[in-house]
Amino acid sequence: MKKYLLKRIGVSIVTLLAILLILFCMLEFMPGSPFNDEKLTADQVAVLNAKYGLDKPTIVRFGNYIKNMLTGDFGVSYTISKNTPISTLLQSRLPISIRIGGQAVLLGTLIGLILGIIAALKHNTIWDTLTTIISVLGVSLPSYVFALLLSYSLGFKLKWFPLLYAVDSPLNSSVLPTVALCMFTVATIARFTRTEMLEVLGSDYMLLAESKGISGPQLIIKHALRNALIPIITVLAPLIVGLMTGSLVIEKIFSIPGIGSLLVTAIQSNDYNVIIALSFIYSAMYIGIILVVDILYGVIDPRIRLAKGDGNE
Amino acid sequence: MSNQVDTVEFIKDDFEYVGADKISQVDVAYESQPYWKDVLSRLFKNKGAIVGLIFIILIGIMAVIGPNLNDYTYDSQIITEQNLAPRIPGAEKIGIFDGNEKMSTSTGMTKVNGYISADGTETGRENTYYWFGSDVLGRDIFTRVWVGTRISLYIALVAVLIDMLFGLGYGLISGYFGGAVDNAMQRFAEILNGIPNLVIVTLLIIVLKPGLATITFSLMITGWIGMSRIARAQMLKLKEQEFVLASRTLGAKNFFIIFKEILPNIFGQVITNTMFSIPNAIFTEAFLAFIGLGVPQPKASLGSLISDAFKSFTTHPYMIIAPVIVLAILMLSFNMLADGLRDAFDPKMKEM
Repeated sequence: MKKYLLKRIGVSIVTLLAILLILFCMLEFMPGSPFNDEKLTADQVAVLNAKYGLDKPTIVRFGNYIKNMLTGDFGVSYTISKNTPISTLLQSRLPISIRIGGQAVLLGTLIGLILGIIAALKHNTIWDTLTTIISVLGVSLPSYVFALLLSYSLGFKLKWFPLLYAVDSPLNSSVLPTVALCMFTVATIARFTRTEMLEVLGSDYMLLAESKGISGPQLIIKHALRNALIPIITVLAPLIVGLMTGSLVIEKIFSIPGIGSLLVTAIQSNDYNVIIALSFIYSAMYIGIILVVDILYGVIDPRIRLAKGDGNE
Repeated sequence: MSNQVDTVEFIKDDFEYVGADKISQVDVAYESQPYWKDVLSRLFKNKGAIVGLIFIILIGIMAVIGPNLNDYTYDSQIITEQNLAPRIPGAEKIGIFDGNEKMSTSTGMTKVNGYISADGTETGRENTYYWFGSDVLGRDIFTRVWVGTRISLYIALVAVLIDMLFGLGYGLISGYFGGAVDNAMQRFAEILNGIPNLVIVTLLIIVLKPGLATITFSLMITGWIGMSRIARAQMLKLKEQEFVLASRTLGAKNFFIIFKEILPNIFGQVITNTMFSIPNAIFTEAFLAFIGLGVPQPKASLGSLISDAFKSFTTHPYMIIAPVIVLAILMLSFNMLADGLRDAFDPKMKEM
């Protein structure tokens, strides 16, 4: 276990360093220098370089760069909001994105689980087919199609929910984005739960539990679902990727002031510092979550640890 | 037991002929089916997969001939013919696709028709037909949709090639040689996989110009990892089996064993996985186009059409409908075909 843990953490750190190196190189090889005012003499440029530590060898500057990035000092924004430190830009935006993402995960998991359980219990009936159709649709259609459908029907035509996100009424105006964002989660979880539940329902220990007189919700939840849910951790990684990419589009459509829409704006207005800062944040979140998921899985199911870590070499 | 047998008395009826249809069991010798025939027959029994396949073929045909079906080209602008609702010859007579569009103005809902004016004055557009309507710049949406579909299909082709050429080779080599080679190759893939796709694409686009080449390139960087894992896992399973040992004993070289002995045995998984990576790749392109990183104007892809039409979709909803429907059908079809292929190659999965 210890070896597996160390290895996973090691890989994560190396990955993070690799990303930092790529980002650093991009800044390094970008044409131009920070001090390209023609009035500056060579001596003045040298002084400025010394002041900002730019005369040091590359490796030292890379070290400084890592330190800055890890402590949240991402520099200033160029075009989106001139000379504002990026960390202040992020301060108000990060919580909004995380909240909407969190809502989508919770809602999606809940609906997905219910659909999956119903489909497994009513195997080969109309309910099962219906769930399959929903999950195929959810996986195949990009989240912006749902977002557009929802905002046109419920938002524009029926006027049940506001078309755009409003900071002062975060609950009401985040309904549509949450629903649009959670479709992928619903589909993935429903599909997975169905398959796993079917396998568990046909197992010997379910027969044993049933013959011991356990029935109803206790049988389903305590005996079947609990065992079916262990492998669901494996779909978490693709889910997170889906949420990250989905959030960009959803935040643009509903003009939510989160980090996804910030990235889209930054890309469209070539604000390099913001793009690089957000790339780092997205990568760090992704790597962190994957690490936690892998370790959790290793703790819960020792076979994974063997297959992934020590068994194959 | 012997007592029982002794007590049985045979009567005459026991030996009566009951006719041919009362025979309880007959041995039928089924003809042996080649593997491919078996797979295909299972695939063709799957309704979803066949519907998917038919739609993919139809969309493919339309992508080829669609842009030439009328006189408009994808980039020709007619400034006077902006924002015209869909109008189809024939269908206009029965009241659908007649170029009418409901607009909500300050005085309430009004019907607008850009082809025929309500007060009888000549507009010069009485014989003009935009089958899917025209966009805010006066371009034909029908032509643009099918030109855009070409890009999605091109992306699908790229995804297949990347999986087949790169992912498959990487996984097979990594799994076959094992040891230090495998270790190094797997660590590399692991680190690359740890970087979110989104970040890789964004960074690439800062360095390169947005466009089809950049999208292709970014798919090449990340698209192969899933396939390489599957190929490696299958290789690890198969390479210790007797038929490989036999082949090696007969003097087969590594190259021969990998591609002639093992590859045919994992082809089912390879094809299934390739099919599943197609909708993913199309999705990536549509997503990039939507956030403004797609093919540059005046070229069109389904994603960029949706992105453009989104800006005016509350006033002119018809503009967004055609590209969304084509994209949705394409994604659904590829997914259904991939599902069907998976079940056809591995019938055990279907029981689940």
